Amino acid sequence: MSTNNLNTQQTVDAAKRDFLKAGAKATAAVAVVTLAPGVTLYSVGAKAAVTGPATSERRWGMLIDATAPEDIWDIAVDACKTEQGWGGGNNPATDPQWIRKVSVKDPKTGAKATLPVMCQHCENPPCVDVCPTGASMQRADGIVLVDKHICIGCRYCMMACPYACRSFVHENVTGQKPHMPRGKGTVESCTLCVHRIDKGQLPACVEAVTTAGSDAMLFGDLNDPNSDISRAVSKYVTQRIRQDLGVEPSVHYRGI
Amino acid sequence: MALDTTVYKEIEGTGADYYALVGWLAVFAAAGLGASYYMEHYGHVVTGMTNAIVWGTPHVFAVFLIVAASGVLNVSSISSVFSKHHYKPMARLSALTALALLAGGLMVLVLDLGRPDRLIVAMTKYNFKSIFAWNIYLYTGFFVIVLIYLWMMMERRFAPHSKKAGLLAFVWRLALTTGTGSIFGFLVARPGYDAAIMAPMFIAMSFAFGLAIFILLVTVTYKASERPLGDLILFKMRNLLGVFIAAVLYFTAAMHLTNLYAAEHMGVERFILMDGGIYTFLFWVVQIGIGSVFPLALLFNPATGRTCQGISIASMMVIVGGLAQLYVIIVGGQAFPLQMFPGMEVSSSFFDGQVHGYAPSLPEVVLGLSGIATALLIVAVAVKYLPLLPVSLSDAHIRISRSLDHHIEDAPFS
Ligand code: SF4
Repeated sequence: MSTNNLNTQQTVDAAKRDFLKAGAKATAAVAVVTLAPGVTLYSVGAKAAVTGPATSERRWGMLIDATAPEDIWDIAVDACKTEQGWGGGNNPATDPQWIRKVSVKDPKTGAKATLPVMCQHCENPPCVDVCPTGASMQRADGIVLVDKHICIGCRYCMMACPYACRSFVHENVTGQKPHMPRGKGTVESCTLCVHRIDKGQLPACVEAVTTAGSDAMLFGDLNDPNSDISRAVSKYVTQRIRQDLGVEPSVHYRGI
Repeated sequence: MALDTTVYKEIEGTGADYYALVGWLAVFAAAGLGASYYMEHYGHVVTGMTNAIVWGTPHVFAVFLIVAASGVLNVSSISSVFSKHHYKPMARLSALTALALLAGGLMVLVLDLGRPDRLIVAMTKYNFKSIFAWNIYLYTGFFVIVLIYLWMMMERRFAPHSKKAGLLAFVWRLALTTGTGSIFGFLVARPGYDAAIMAPMFIAMSFAFGLAIFILLVTVTYKASERPLGDLILFKMRNLLGVFIAAVLYFTAAMHLTNLYAAEHMGVERFILMDGGIYTFLFWVVQIGIGSVFPLALLFNPATGRTCQGISIASMMVIVGGLAQLYVIIVGGQAFPLQMFPGMEVSSSFFDGQVHGYAPSLPEVVLGLSGIATALLIVAVAVKYLPLLPVSLSDAHIRISRSLDHHIEDAPFS
């Protein structure tokens, strides 16, 4: 496997965390990050970019509030499409979806929730275990990625993923982003916007939702006991999808 | 190992029939390459596969061929490892067929990759945690070991060692089938797959499918080349096939019954056994009815079980049933939705919570069939240029080779 391929990608340093904290104000209901407008975030974040490989000292994660009004998830999905250059096809069964809005309903009580589901960046990712070539891999900071250069398109990882979070590129792609090469015949999924967080920015979906004035998505370092996400996760009961499988997803939910 | 008194001879292979056969097989094999190129050029969007059904018809054929490859070697193993000398004259053909079926299956598997051009990556970059990567070793090793085994059987100087090679091949191929079955067994999140019983079930399936193919090959080649084929050997194979079919039935029943016991698997069991539409039909009618019960009846009914025709038809049914069984396991297992939120009603633009549709496309079917054609082509050409087939498999001959063997049987690995 080629972590070297990704050595160029760098981690965020502590400055980013400080920045996030400085720009955040906690509200009473949830430990929430309400950020300054995206522009400010970008400029400060860019300054925070540092060198060095991804380290296991960090473990990036998300906390998603499934009780938020469901329209907000369209904003998150659209932001991902724009950022990563997917979407826009007209073959629903084969078009890739990196993040999707899922509605769940308890048939007994009628209770409903809507939540975004994307790669859950598991600590024990089944996709990485089964990939024959090592194209599916996990960075030291827990982010699960596909190295498109050595993916042979066997799709075993898609069979293994408990969350149906991977897509196979079924046809030629257009409108690729420079930071995100995509290719017919390979598999792709949410990268947690690794190209952004390595520069000290938030994942595109989180930023868009936050900019829209919602506190429904919280991103941060689960290994840092002082991060907002760690505090929130230790304060409220959160759920992770199919926790019973033991894959230890990094995405936490509230209110499913 | 006893001295092989059997006379092996290449088939003549000069008739129009032979050339027509080889020609058609070559056309089919080439069509598979064409289908793969087409799928490659336009992308898998031209197939019936989707982001939910990621393994389709090509995988059904590929897994069938790979599983059968290991099973067909049984005929050699029975003679060399278990010293049942009736089977010995057919050991060469069995080894060759195993190689051919594996080649056909791997061809389909590779040509269905998203990036078959990156085969070299698959051969050079390994993730040792992946059962898939292990299978690459198991397959390559199988080729090498069976080739050596075949060579030892054919080269008189090495004949004394062929039993050891046979033993190694036997062990290796059990590992290979276990590995193939485990590809599915490792998928913890898929309720249709995560059963430990998959591995032994695949071994039983390999025995049945492999022997069925072998019986057809022997009956057809002996008839076509006008060589004698006696009832003795045919009936022995018939009995064995019956046992193997029963074993597959047993494992199938055990798998579904144990699954029914676990509440979490109820959903997928209901789907396959009761309301899965095409999958339920394929399971009960094709796999169980046409592929298991019907052939068992044919084989053990004195009127049909004592005729070459009856045994051949039963073998064909086993093959049809086997393909159906793999279709149900592979495609049916994916069609049933992932249980992301057990007990909840789920919906999304990605078809969460729904039964996923799949219809095989022409290129997929052509690619799958081309794997079978390629395997048969290899056998057809090999029997013409190599002395693989005994001149006679008549009862008298089988008895002679068996009684000669008995005198020297005591020395282990002699
Ligand atoms: S499709 Fe690509 S990333 Fe997925 S298991 Fe196969 S080689 Fe690995």
